[in-house]
Amino acid sequence: MSDNGYKSGSNLEKIFAMGEFAVTGECGPPKGSDVSVVKKKAEHLKGYVDAVNVTDNQTAIVRMSSIAASKILLDMGLEPVMQMTCRDRNRIAIQSDVFGASALGIKNMLCLSGDHQKFGNHPGAKNVYCLDSIQLINTIKTLRDEGKVMCGDEVEGETKMFIGAAANPFGDPFEFRVSRLAKKVEAGVDFIQTQCIYNMDKFKRWMKEVVDRGLHEKCKIMAGITPLKSLGMARYMAKNVSGIEVPEEIIARMKAAPKGKKAEEGIKIAVEQIQEVREMEGVAGVHLMAIEWEAKVPEIIKAAGLYPRPSPSA
Amino acid sequence: MIIGDLKNTDEILDSIDDAKKVLVMGCRGCVTICQVGGEKEVALLASQLRIGDKARGRNREIIELTIERQCDAEFIEPILGKVKEVDKVLSLACGIGVQYVSDLGLPTPVVPGINTTFLGVNLDTGLWKERCQACGDCVLEITGGICPIARCSKSLLNGPCGGSADGKCEIDPDVECAWQLIHDRLKALGKLENIERVIPARSWATSRDGGPRTRIREDLRSISREEG
Amino acid sequence: MRLSYPTNVKIVRVPCSGRVNTIHLLKTIEEGADGVYVAGCLEGDCHFMEGNLRAKVRVEHARELIAQMGINPDRIRMYNMAASDGPRFAQVATEMTEHIRQLGPSPLYTGSGPEWPKQQDPKEQIEDNNPKPKAAAG
Repeated sequence: MSDNGYKSGSNLEKIFAMGEFAVTGECGPPKGSDVSVVKKKAEHLKGYVDAVNVTDNQTAIVRMSSIAASKILLDMGLEPVMQMTCRDRNRIAIQSDVFGASALGIKNMLCLSGDHQKFGNHPGAKNVYCLDSIQLINTIKTLRDEGKVMCGDEVEGETKMFIGAAANPFGDPFEFRVSRLAKKVEAGVDFIQTQCIYNMDKFKRWMKEVVDRGLHEKCKIMAGITPLKSLGMARYMAKNVSGIEVPEEIIARMKAAPKGKKAEEGIKIAVEQIQEVREMEGVAGVHLMAIEWEAKVPEIIKAAGLYPRPSPSA
Repeated sequence: MIIGDLKNTDEILDSIDDAKKVLVMGCRGCVTICQVGGEKEVALLASQLRIGDKARGRNREIIELTIERQCDAEFIEPILGKVKEVDKVLSLACGIGVQYVSDLGLPTPVVPGINTTFLGVNLDTGLWKERCQACGDCVLEITGGICPIARCSKSLLNGPCGGSADGKCEIDPDVECAWQLIHDRLKALGKLENIERVIPARSWATSRDGGPRTRIREDLRSISREEG
Repeated sequence: MRLSYPTNVKIVRVPCSGRVNTIHLLKTIEEGADGVYVAGCLEGDCHFMEGNLRAKVRVEHARELIAQMGINPDRIRMYNMAASDGPRFAQVATEMTEHIRQLGPSPLYTGSGPEWPKQQDPKEQIEDNNPKPKAAAG
């Protein structure tokens, strides 16, 4: 390791190193090469988050590549967290793309299994899953720390990545969820972003086990927050998005909010959630996924008392 | 067992349209057991084709024959004469049988009447499910006898992914999450430690990804040469 | 009870309608019958538990198979009746005969059988370049 002991020297890594409560945002690239879409979303986030996740063909819908969109963010002065799924690439393409990303200056990545293509716009696609997300973490760690590709060949130059992964405290079997996180830690993950949290009680139970097993000391846990735009969205998330639980009380709150004030209520809930997770032991940051609602991020971050963002000295 | 599904009628009709004499050929192996390509199904399809031909005033001969196994020279050799007699063989065997008969070097084209769908098990009358992908490197010993390669939609070796809910896979509420099954089975066996540690990336070279596979048993080959 | 029913109905006796297989139904059509029906016991009254229910499924299958060939599936039917109900048997035989008369001769008919009225079921306009001789011509 070089650069004052940093693994990647990314802004996100430094924020954690400073002991600050980190904030990441999210940017879904356009379904085409329209750069303005990326720029517009990024402008909303600039200055309000420490890094921005750039999704990788999320829900298996073809979009601008995560690497390219990440580079656009870099050029705008934002730090990307390049997402990478195991769905579309084999180990050759994955390692190659990571070299490319690193060469372009991308320093954070998120290792994901990826949504099955059945839900996307190309359900007849062939999936890959040459590696799974845990093996991907380990592959990147080996590239970075040992300077070797999977087969053992030496890597030319350094591949400095701050390695992230996702965790879903609401997936089943619940009792194995923390064990799976432990496997990600064993594989070498540096930070975790969780699935959107609405069921705070369940998240607390999960977090307690994480802390009991000391996993929060081995990787940084960021709680996933997605503000609800409407009652319809709350119901949709509850019903249709696998691995997301929206408790009745949240739906009731959205329902009770007067017409025209639903979005406001959604933001209020999100701010409360951020404040609540911030108090929890082991939570090192929030991952704010304002899906197609990036314009509201500044408001939420300010209301949660997380603005201005600290700027680590290089 | 190899599971198959009858092709749709139009596709079958198209594939034999240019033939004046067709042999509908069944197999008494897997496709008989899964009721798609045995003697009974051959009779039904042949009769159906004759009905269609007669209704169109088409004078075409459709003959029927079901042999023990279409993937075995021993059973095919005796019927080669019959194959030569026809313009086309419509095989209701799996893709292996279709190819075996095609590869005999006869001038008669062999077309498939079924789609070979998967390697699976018959769970109930009329219900089959996939169980194996013949990936060439079995992990059932670790996973409590439940295959994550064939039964997890993403073939994950370190599942379950975040899409597992109430024991079901994210792709379909009728598909069981293989990793929930693995977890529950290992728990019952007191072997959860099998999946507590990271299972490293595997080589797919033993699977189809390594190219078409060949298996050679020198011991058997040398015996056959001695006998031969 | 001396009941009359149409003489063109040929009876194939089976121990139970469950003995009837899809292939038997197809064969009748293939051999040139204009229609075929299975007379099974009333549902719930099968001596062999569910023979008539099996027959029902097979009738449905046979209907699908001939429909795929452009034959009106209604040339194959299933009727249920009590074994002791002679009048119902005669009534069904008459009904089926009338029904088939309405449909006209089977498109497989080669013109060498009994005379048919000049009509053809519009659903069975089989598309082909060399149509077989119509019943009326034969």
